[in-house]
Amino acid sequence: MTATEVFIQQVANGLTIGMIYALIALGYTIVYGIVQLINFAHGEVFMVGAYLSLLAYAFFQGLAVGIGGPFFLLVFILIFAMFGTAMLGLLIERFAYRPLRKAPRLAPLLTAIGVSFVLQNAVMIIAGPSDKSTPSIIPVEKYSFGAVTITNLQILITFVSLFLMVVLQLFIKYTKTGKAMRALADDREAASLVGINVNAVISKAFIIGSALAGAGGMMFGMYYNTINFHDGYLAGLKAFTAAVFGGIGNIPGAMIGGVLLGVLEGLGAGYFSSEWKNVFAFFILILVLLFRPSGLLGSRVVKKV
Amino acid sequence: MKKKSQKLSRSKNNLSALSEWRAVILWAIVILFPIIDRNPYHIDVIVGAGIFIMLALGLNVIMGYAGILNLGYAALFAIGAYTYALLNIHFHIPFWLGLIFSAVSAALFGVILAFPALRLSGDYIAIVTLGAGEIVRIVLNNADPVTGGPNGLLGIDHPGFFGYNFGVKSEPYYYLILVLVGGLLFVLRRLEFSRLGRAWIALREDELAASCMGINPVWTKLSAFAIGGFVAGLAGCVFAAKQGTVSPDSFDFIVSVMVVSMVVLGGLGNTAGVILGALVLSILPELLRGFDTYRMLFFGIAMILIMLFRPQGILGEIRHKGEFAERGER
Repeated sequence: MTATEVFIQQVANGLTIGMIYALIALGYTIVYGIVQLINFAHGEVFMVGAYLSLLAYAFFQGLAVGIGGPFFLLVFILIFAMFGTAMLGLLIERFAYRPLRKAPRLAPLLTAIGVSFVLQNAVMIIAGPSDKSTPSIIPVEKYSFGAVTITNLQILITFVSLFLMVVLQLFIKYTKTGKAMRALADDREAASLVGINVNAVISKAFIIGSALAGAGGMMFGMYYNTINFHDGYLAGLKAFTAAVFGGIGNIPGAMIGGVLLGVLEGLGAGYFSSEWKNVFAFFILILVLLFRPSGLLGSRVVKKV
Repeated sequence: MKKKSQKLSRSKNNLSALSEWRAVILWAIVILFPIIDRNPYHIDVIVGAGIFIMLALGLNVIMGYAGILNLGYAALFAIGAYTYALLNIHFHIPFWLGLIFSAVSAALFGVILAFPALRLSGDYIAIVTLGAGEIVRIVLNNADPVTGGPNGLLGIDHPGFFGYNFGVKSEPYYYLILVLVGGLLFVLRRLEFSRLGRAWIALREDELAASCMGINPVWTKLSAFAIGGFVAGLAGCVFAAKQGTVSPDSFDFIVSVMVVSMVVLGGLGNTAGVILGALVLSILPELLRGFDTYRMLFFGIAMILIMLFRPQGILGEIRHKGEFAERGER
């Protein structure tokens, strides 16, 4: 492999995982933008999404073969995982965060930590503590360009993620709910004065964010072929890093942050060693915060005067 | 203004508010505990809780007084533990000297950690501390030649006291921690109402107003990190000396999260509350041990429920009222 080929290979690998980070990061950023809450349970929602798609596969595996083949199954599982995590997000918001909306700032952080304990251990009890291998729903094909190898899975993940991001962007830009979300992020008081149902919009933000995390979880399982109930923690942390990297509260920022983090991490793992790749990620985070405290695309005034 | 000073003196007496004879009984029980309850398992649990009480008291300086959310506190704890471990293994530094070295190095590290954090505000500081905490853990895990990697360091000396070796039994550590916690309580309560303590609280409530009144935000925040680090270093040294080994997984993110939870659950800024929070969260998992695999599930549920019913913590601090109002306005 030549130097450029190594570089391209690492960028391609990083891009794939970066897309997944970006999907999770979107959930953090949407929720933070609206309620200024670091939703610590979000990583676990992502992990639940991975397990839900495993469950869906077990259920519908036989069903789909007759009707539409693997791609049909894939779409079906994706929808199932997204729907399941969306409901989970809705429940978490309703029971763990909403009662504390007027409480001191740190109170919901603690319930978030409690929720992530609950989700992690519930999954561990139901599905068992050991790694679960996830089936590759579609047969994996490898395409070689010189020494660079790209799988159809990587292409698929990239495209599905991009598709979801574009849909989200259009949703936020052009629908009434999207507009309401932006209004809430700007000024919640004023938004409620002009007749926006604050609770309903916040619920929708959680639904959308969690569904995206569910999609991320499904693709994570497909890409790595193995999932564990611990996976939510690190992925959540990375995705959060990505959200801050791009400027928390900023939707395009979360996408760019996720992809950049994935690529930088891939390059770090390729050129140094994979053990240090997490140091790399956090080091970048600190550097970004030092020189651009509001993130790459962040323009929100963080400090309240 | 007068009302405010009354409030201050009332919260100052929170601990001794248990009227004096009750305090005497409480201290008597605390001191005699290993003699009353001879179950070594119980004492061991309390010793573990004692280390967390030290950590929670230290973090309370950063979070409770200065109002800075720190999600990487376990890193300072780790620095303390590894400082003593390395000094003891390579240079045979005795425990009591190690205690000072650990505390100072953790305090220094706290200051280094604070530098990037100072330029940021609110949740961003939380993220920087979280990132720094993870970096420390990963470095400990991967710098094998120095830190022993994932296996950690073995063969750390237990403390001795005029020829008496503390060994592996829990009782001597119980009294060691009791003395340290007692000392910390004395110093930290003095500090809380000193010029510096009032400056922390002023900054927490309103940074702009505080700096207009001549408080230097940089020095004040740095000192909170330094003192918080100092306490974590003490706790780390005791931990390493008691265990005889240190390894990176004792300083996971989850440890930081637990200490934060203890401080918030007990009541941010309230010393008695913080101790109570540390006791509850260290003993609860042990009480739930009978439920086996369901243990952490119930623990999570308990955490959510306590916060839902007491959002200000079990013993909320009076001076935090201002903060609630600000939140309500939003």
